Amino acid sequence: MKARLLAASSAAALCVAGMASAQENELTLCWAAWDPANALVELSKDFEAQSGIKMNFEFVPWPNFADRMLNELNSGGQLCDLMIGDSQWIGAGAESGHYVKLNDFFDANAISMDAFVPATVTGYSEWPKNTPNYWSLPAFGDVVGWTYRKDWFERPELAAEFKEKYGRDLVAPQTFAELKDIAEFFQGREIDGKTVYGASIYTERGSEGITMGAMNVLYSFGFKYENPDKPYDMQGFVNSAGAVAGLEYYKSLFDCCTPPGLSNAYMGEGIDAYKSGQVAMQMNFAFTWPGFEVDPNVGGGKTGYLVNPAGPNGERFAQLGGQGISVVSYSENQEAALEYIKWFAQPEVQQKWWTMGGFSCLRAVVEDPGFAASQPYAQTFLDSMAIVKDFWAEPSYATLLSDSQKRFHDYVVAGQGTAQEALDGLVADWTVTFEDDGKL
Amino acid sequence: MQDTPPATPADRLARATPPTLARKVRGLSDRSIAWIFVAPTILLLLAINIFPLIWTIRLSFTNFRANRPNEPLEWVGLRNYERILTDPDVWQTMQATAHFLFWTLFFQVLLGFALAWLINRKFRGNDLMTTLIVLPMMLSPAVVGNFWTFLYQPQIGLINYAVEFVTGIPASSFTMLGSVSLAPWAIVIVDTWMWTPFVMLICLAGLRSIPDYIYEAAEIDRASKWRQFWTMTVPMVLPFLMLAVLFRGIENFKMFDLVVLLTGGGPGDTTLLSSIELKREAFEKWRTGYSSAYAIILFVTVFGLASIYVKALNKVKER
Repeated sequence: MKARLLAASSAAALCVAGMASAQENELTLCWAAWDPANALVELSKDFEAQSGIKMNFEFVPWPNFADRMLNELNSGGQLCDLMIGDSQWIGAGAESGHYVKLNDFFDANAISMDAFVPATVTGYSEWPKNTPNYWSLPAFGDVVGWTYRKDWFERPELAAEFKEKYGRDLVAPQTFAELKDIAEFFQGREIDGKTVYGASIYTERGSEGITMGAMNVLYSFGFKYENPDKPYDMQGFVNSAGAVAGLEYYKSLFDCCTPPGLSNAYMGEGIDAYKSGQVAMQMNFAFTWPGFEVDPNVGGGKTGYLVNPAGPNGERFAQLGGQGISVVSYSENQEAALEYIKWFAQPEVQQKWWTMGGFSCLRAVVEDPGFAASQPYAQTFLDSMAIVKDFWAEPSYATLLSDSQKRFHDYVVAGQGTAQEALDGLVADWTVTFEDDGKL
Repeated sequence: MQDTPPATPADRLARATPPTLARKVRGLSDRSIAWIFVAPTILLLLAINIFPLIWTIRLSFTNFRANRPNEPLEWVGLRNYERILTDPDVWQTMQATAHFLFWTLFFQVLLGFALAWLINRKFRGNDLMTTLIVLPMMLSPAVVGNFWTFLYQPQIGLINYAVEFVTGIPASSFTMLGSVSLAPWAIVIVDTWMWTPFVMLICLAGLRSIPDYIYEAAEIDRASKWRQFWTMTVPMVLPFLMLAVLFRGIENFKMFDLVVLLTGGGPGDTTLLSSIELKREAFEKWRTGYSSAYAIILFVTVFGLASIYVKALNKVKER
């Protein structure tokens, strides 16, 4: 009996030891559920083979990604060892202690932030912004741009009709005014027996959609988050005359030229509208572009890619997307997580990342002479990344975002009030938040 | 000699109980034993209901943010309550909630009672019909929200095509979920479709509890069908109907899932119900103190209204 008890205890002890050891040899990476995440699963197989560490993945669809993952971080959860969190989370990640500061690790492993595209370092890694305090490694570069139906634009009868009506060629628009003309031209038109529409734009209310879309336009119309000389001073910058004109433009584009029913649309709805041949142009993040190239309806040269057009004064900016990869401070596997980041930062891994559909942020990859010609959208991606701006990355970003979602949706989709009232209201909302934070 | 009856399991258990323990149990009063049985439930209730409520009340007077637990807690007095009650946006969500609540209850009571009255007749296929009618309430709100989103889709949705067929208005010329004037009605329609069967079932229980002899007596007294309906059927079903209204009222006051899936609170804030706004404040903006105050206000509102209603219900029952 005693021998049996001893054997059972030993077996149990071995099991527990085995489990602990297995946990040490496993990493969980958390990200959004989208195409690049699938590519990362494939890419990470090389890491598994080299390190012997098993990779697990926790992917959450975009509409719930922030809710789910911020809850995880705020509760000090240990689900994720590595987090590819949105760029706007960096302030909260750093100040609330969710992320591990990576400066010492970068120094010890000769990982230089100079090797990455500057906009991605500022956008994804630095907090406070423009200081050498790094909380993540730029993992996936992304930016809002436009796709358009090159095959429709090239149809002689449409090109001729457009030229007659507008006095210029039907080519990719360079300004927002041109973009709206083209959208109006296509709106309600019959093409191949189907009614098509001008453009799909972001209008989603629940998470961040309409803010990403509206900001993508407002920047080029003169919107600024704050006084460059006085932080958090927003009066006359958020609600400047240019910003008001930009928001009015966004509403007019929504009213005149979007398909019926796209009043709560974000990335997924935009992809569907474009792939199904409903729209001539589509605003969406660059991550969607590789998918269009291989799509039977819009791939194979039918799609053109376009940097965000310029505003009325010739200014041209685009909304930054993308994420950095961080080590979660609550993880018990930080050593292994850092090992993953070290592996991921290698130029050959980054090169493979790009070929698999991941938008690398490493300069050695994107500045390679062959990069621009490597994909039809590569040059547009590069040009877009050079003009990016991002939303607040403050620890209170979620509150600030929630306010802009409400103000923009109220005006653009529901048609309540004026653009001036919406942006004045936004200044008031954001002021309260910064006052609560003790920053004003 | 009398035969000894076979020992029951209770007898065996009694014999197996040590005399000291038996004496101790025998020493307990009925009241004590009742407390021993009830205590675990009371403790559980205290832990999962009363304590969180008290904790929420406490938080509602602070600036606490759950995503910044290390920041010093500041006592803000009634500031959160003042902010909420003077915020026009909050009143707008209250209005949206009231609109949703009133019209869903109105239609569900009307249709639920009508269906119950019809189903109560004896006809062939009665059981099958009842099963088919109650199907919607058996579905998950997530499923209902998603497929009604497709039904309302202006380009491919059946609803718009049905409207076009009946009225001639082009299907893609209007959008139920994206229109400020139509969206509040769109969510009322879906909730009514889903939950009318529930009201119907309760009304049916009420109708079936009315004894036949009352109607037979009325027939003998030559009371018309109309008079029977208003003076017998309606008063006797009324307590059941009021109970259904209470259940649906409380449920719809905290409606969240269905509306989030259908409209996300939009367009603008047109369908932003109180519970959706509360979730945003609590788990998106992380204003825990503020949202605690908001939750307390909603709780007091529901509790107050429900208490008044229950008193009315009891009076109706006593009649």
